[in-house]
Amino acid sequence: MTPASLRIEDLTIRFGGHTAVDAVTCAFQAGELTVIVGPNGAGKTTCFNLISGQLRPSAGRIFKGDRDITGLSASARAKAGIGRAFQLTNLFPQLSVLENVRLAVQAQHGLGPVIFRRARSFGKLRDEAYSFLEATRLAGVAAQPVSALSHGDQRKLEIALLLALKPDIFMFDEPTAGMSVDEAPVILELIEEIRKDKAKTILLVEHKMDVVRSLADRIVVLHNGALVADGLPNEVIALPLVREIYLGMPEESAA
Amino acid sequence: MNQTTNEPQGQTRGGRTGRLIAYGLIGIIAICLFFAPLLFPDVRSQEVAARICIFIVLVASYDLLIGYTGIVSFAHTMFFGLGAYATAIALKQMGPGWDAVIIGGALGVGVSVLLAALVGLLSLRVKAIFFAMVTLAAASVMAVLASQFSDFTGGEDGIIYKVPKIFSPATKLLTDENGKVLTIFGVKANGKMAAYYFVFFGSLILYFLMLRIVASPLGTVLEAIRENEMRAEALGYKVVLYRTAIFCIAAAIAACAGILRAVWLKYTGPETTLSFAIMIDILLMVVIGGMGTMTGAIIGATVMSVAQFYLKDLMQLASEATAGIPLVPDLLDPDRWLLWLGLLFILLVYFFPAGIVGTLARKGHHP
Ligand SMILES: Nc1ncnc2c1ncn2[C@@H]1O[C@H](COP(=O)(O)OP(=O)(O)OP(=O)(O)O)[C@@H](O)[C@H]1O
Ligand SMILES: [Mg+2]
Repeated sequence: MTPASLRIEDLTIRFGGHTAVDAVTCAFQAGELTVIVGPNGAGKTTCFNLISGQLRPSAGRIFKGDRDITGLSASARAKAGIGRAFQLTNLFPQLSVLENVRLAVQAQHGLGPVIFRRARSFGKLRDEAYSFLEATRLAGVAAQPVSALSHGDQRKLEIALLLALKPDIFMFDEPTAGMSVDEAPVILELIEEIRKDKAKTILLVEHKMDVVRSLADRIVVLHNGALVADGLPNEVIALPLVREIYLGMPEESAA
Repeated sequence: MNQTTNEPQGQTRGGRTGRLIAYGLIGIIAICLFFAPLLFPDVRSQEVAARICIFIVLVASYDLLIGYTGIVSFAHTMFFGLGAYATAIALKQMGPGWDAVIIGGALGVGVSVLLAALVGLLSLRVKAIFFAMVTLAAASVMAVLASQFSDFTGGEDGIIYKVPKIFSPATKLLTDENGKVLTIFGVKANGKMAAYYFVFFGSLILYFLMLRIVASPLGTVLEAIRENEMRAEALGYKVVLYRTAIFCIAAAIAACAGILRAVWLKYTGPETTLSFAIMIDILLMVVIGGMGTMTGAIIGATVMSVAQFYLKDLMQLASEATAGIPLVPDLLDPDRWLLWLGLLFILLVYFFPAGIVGTLARKGHHP
């Protein structure tokens, strides 16, 4: 069997006395879309932070394929093909929308250190950046500073940056949260588009149960930092434990 | 794609006229500086013009750090001083030749870059405030060293030396048919003019280099680091390396400005390059011009330098003109010029909170 494209082993992080992620072991395969669910504060985002390198684990290891990446910095992990969109919008507010995406494109091409050429003269960078803006329906606001964008557009830009990095592993953290009903399908279509490429691995944190049902190949449930269920969508959703956890959740999620 | 269609109308128009005013000012300053030897031939004005040229470079290179990347450093005069002292010492020891300027200058730039790399790699990964403290300490150590090694540096007195012959006032840059020095509009085309244009074109080249840097892909990465360091890292940029790189580049450019200063003044001492007063001037110029604008350096350096040199004269005139009125001449006494300079600064900051260029242009949102 080929190694899992991403594997975490006994991943643990403690903040003071609080264990936010508690000895989670899990493997993710290429061509698979795993939805991670769990109530607020379950440790989903923290788990992502550990995988993409924003946080260092207190214990445990992270492997991408055969390679142990536990010691790599966030930038090295991005270069190694681990891409991440953030739950809380995390952009460059004073730069234009196009510049934001261009930053991701030029990072992907390794052109960051280019110093004696005008960025605007790189037609390739610009065209590629525009293609991601078109995909996320943002081409019309390309010249605007990010700070002038609506919340929904900022969320879309967050996704555009992730697409532009062309990672092997896509991590979406509640990508449609705060989007209007007509904006969300654009994002879900994009995710469907990515999963057609069977070499890609997708991790998706999502609360909305209809979205979970329609997209998931597999569901992982986190609760109080621990992995409490992992399996096919129908099996996991039917588990009494999961129903119990979700009882206290807002209506839309409990559906 | 029309880049203005998406902006609210009023803001666009305001931004556009503001931008026109800013570019108009810069155009006027550029013309004045280019023709300075003809327009303002007196010695004092020449000093001011050369100082403006050099400070534009110094301030713009500092803006690469503070305005573009968000790095606060107090060591900029250290690099300026290294460039100037290395050139000065070489000219003193080796005699007034181009070889001394080149070797001394190269040494000054080289040492600056090494030092910047060392300070950068050791401390740019820690908190900004700690980095600022380290640069302050380094700058103080350098100032102490300069006064201690007085055999080389002349201590507090500094060093006086000769510069390459082409810059000496006796040199005939252009000659008329009689073999005498050519005069253009009553101004002698002599070595002093050559020295000015050495400073002018040296500064111009350095300035264009910096314009190139901020427009490059690297320039955008620097702004990204200023805006959101953690996200820049998440995109795959090694923030520490980029910070260190721009710190080294800014140091090299400041050292080059030091070379120009050393050649122009024929004297290098703590007061002309290393003093903390200069560091404060640089900071004020950046703030007046507008951080993160590049063009702000031109306006900031000009406004400050002109005020520093001419406010006293202006006040002398004003206090004489108002001699009959009680109290007013007292207030306008030239000895109080620092008070008025401070007032001017407060007014500028009040009316132009983002600096003159920053406020006028509202930073164009180019794609
Ligand atoms: N940097 C931190 N320092 C201290 N505690 C933290 C930190 N980051 C997260 N936590 C805690 O860890 C727990 C898990 O938080 P996390 O953001 O991972 O939850 P989540 O599953 O993403 O929840 P949500 O659905 O609300 O996004 C929370 O109790 C949170 O308060
Ligand atoms: Mg979360």
